[in-house]
Amino acid sequence: MEIKKTVQDLTVARNISLNNRHFLLDLIAPEPLPLMLPGQFVQVLVNDSPTTFLRRPFSIHQVDYPRKSIRLLVQIKGDGTRHLSSLREGEALNVLYPLGNSFSLPSVKNVLLIGGGCGVAPLLFLAQFLNQNRIRPTILVGFRTKEEVSEIEAYSAFGDVFITTDDGTEGEHGLVPDHSILQKERLPFEKIYCCGPDAMMKAVARLAALHKIDCEVSLENTMACGFGVCLCCVTPTDRGNERVCVEGPVFNIKRLDWI
Amino acid sequence: MTNLSVNIAGITFKNPVTTASGTFGYGEEFRDFFDPGKLGGIFVKAVTGSNREGNAYPRMAETASGMLNSVGLQNKGVDHFVREIYPRIKDFDTHIIVNVSGSTIEEYVRVAEQINELQNIPAIELNISCPNVKQGGMAFGTIPEMSEEVTRAVRNVYKKVLMVKLSPNVTSITEIAKAVTDGGADVLTLINTLLGMAIDAERQRPILSTITGGLSGPAIKPIALRMVWQVHKAVKIPVIGLGGIMNATDAIEFLLAGASAIQVGTANFIDPMASVNIVEGLKAYLQKNHIADVNDLIGALKTD
Repeated sequence: MEIKKTVQDLTVARNISLNNRHFLLDLIAPEPLPLMLPGQFVQVLVNDSPTTFLRRPFSIHQVDYPRKSIRLLVQIKGDGTRHLSSLREGEALNVLYPLGNSFSLPSVKNVLLIGGGCGVAPLLFLAQFLNQNRIRPTILVGFRTKEEVSEIEAYSAFGDVFITTDDGTEGEHGLVPDHSILQKERLPFEKIYCCGPDAMMKAVARLAALHKIDCEVSLENTMACGFGVCLCCVTPTDRGNERVCVEGPVFNIKRLDWI
Repeated sequence: MTNLSVNIAGITFKNPVTTASGTFGYGEEFRDFFDPGKLGGIFVKAVTGSNREGNAYPRMAETASGMLNSVGLQNKGVDHFVREIYPRIKDFDTHIIVNVSGSTIEEYVRVAEQINELQNIPAIELNISCPNVKQGGMAFGTIPEMSEEVTRAVRNVYKKVLMVKLSPNVTSITEIAKAVTDGGADVLTLINTLLGMAIDAERQRPILSTITGGLSGPAIKPIALRMVWQVHKAVKIPVIGLGGIMNATDAIEFLLAGASAIQVGTANFIDPMASVNIVEGLKAYLQKNHIADVNDLIGALKTD
């Protein structure tokens, strides 16, 4: 299905700090939102930040169609995201959206979502989407430390949530792929969706391949345009170099050269 | 009525705003945003003799007022272009110009011959910034003799308007411009990207997989303006200017420096509407200044 892309000035409705590195940005559209699917992303133009030349891509974290509102989960990484963290209610933000493909709707019921760090961003939208399709997923999310564990209530509304922290201050100690629910001889999952740092996704992909579980990952390659013309964000696939912004960001691991 | 149309080597462009190769895909990618028929022309993505996968990721580094890229001419080759892409775009209500690239003179010639057969393509843009694999990887466009040789070889087989895109990575842009003109070019386009480099100090590694790459964006505009001005004065054939054009004012500066038309490049990545907004901004500038014809701006820089 072809979804028409648009460039619009959205209005900041709320800017909610989660901790000193992450915040939520609620953006209201001037007209009804286009249909958006979990896994898709937006490209945000950062004004008044001289060192930020290109747009910044963010996964769609949540969508509220009646309110014409999109929620983004943003990690402060540099000048651009720091500037976004200071936006106030009522300020305008130019957004290019919706971009990219989406996670597929599974034909199975036993689904696991795995997210690490800011990679949890598309998984809340995905969990909600799965619920709407009568699937209650297991959700495994990893954070650096207790202070960064956030939105667990939101995830819990859609599935059973398990947590890891790098320092063991909450949930299980260690990295997401090391969580005990993944250490069994036979895993009770038929489909895994994963988003996070490359090393984490590769570890999950190996695990999925080992257990012969179908697995989709969402890549975060750096990009200039976000809609398929700069060819900067490519990843090697079974069909040659493909654009993460158009053919992705979601790829089935069978199509990548990871395993 | 304000006239926006320009005639370049016998081709009438409805306005002087076109899009730079490699920043506008094949034009199709922008149809969600506006009708490409509003532009004077579209320079489509580089076409080579056969399929190229391009360079490894990472291919891009953001820099101060610009970006570096090292895409490496990723495209599916001229046969695919002729068979699959041309039929989809040939009826756009604007001029489609194909950027022709290669690693050898033979490859350029072969691609140009095939594009010559496409009725709705009125011109090609020869990208001579590519390395010549038979000459130790030296870019064709950095040596006058090699620039002239590749231009002449393509001129012999290409019967329509031959545009040649110059590399700025040279000591004397006018020397190259003259050599390419002698080789039979009808139009010069400049500038291509400037060779640059970005380093990640934390990792103590280059950011691009290829170590160096091409710099584009507003960072290069002053250099581009200078080169367009110098070349406009040095040769008699028309010049199409590009390099860091983000808005109508930038475009007007290039026209004043002597460009008969301009290409919008990197700006397309940030604002898909950039090129069409420039058309509108140019129109508004002419009306505000009571200039009836955009041609009156071309080379009109006052230096007294």
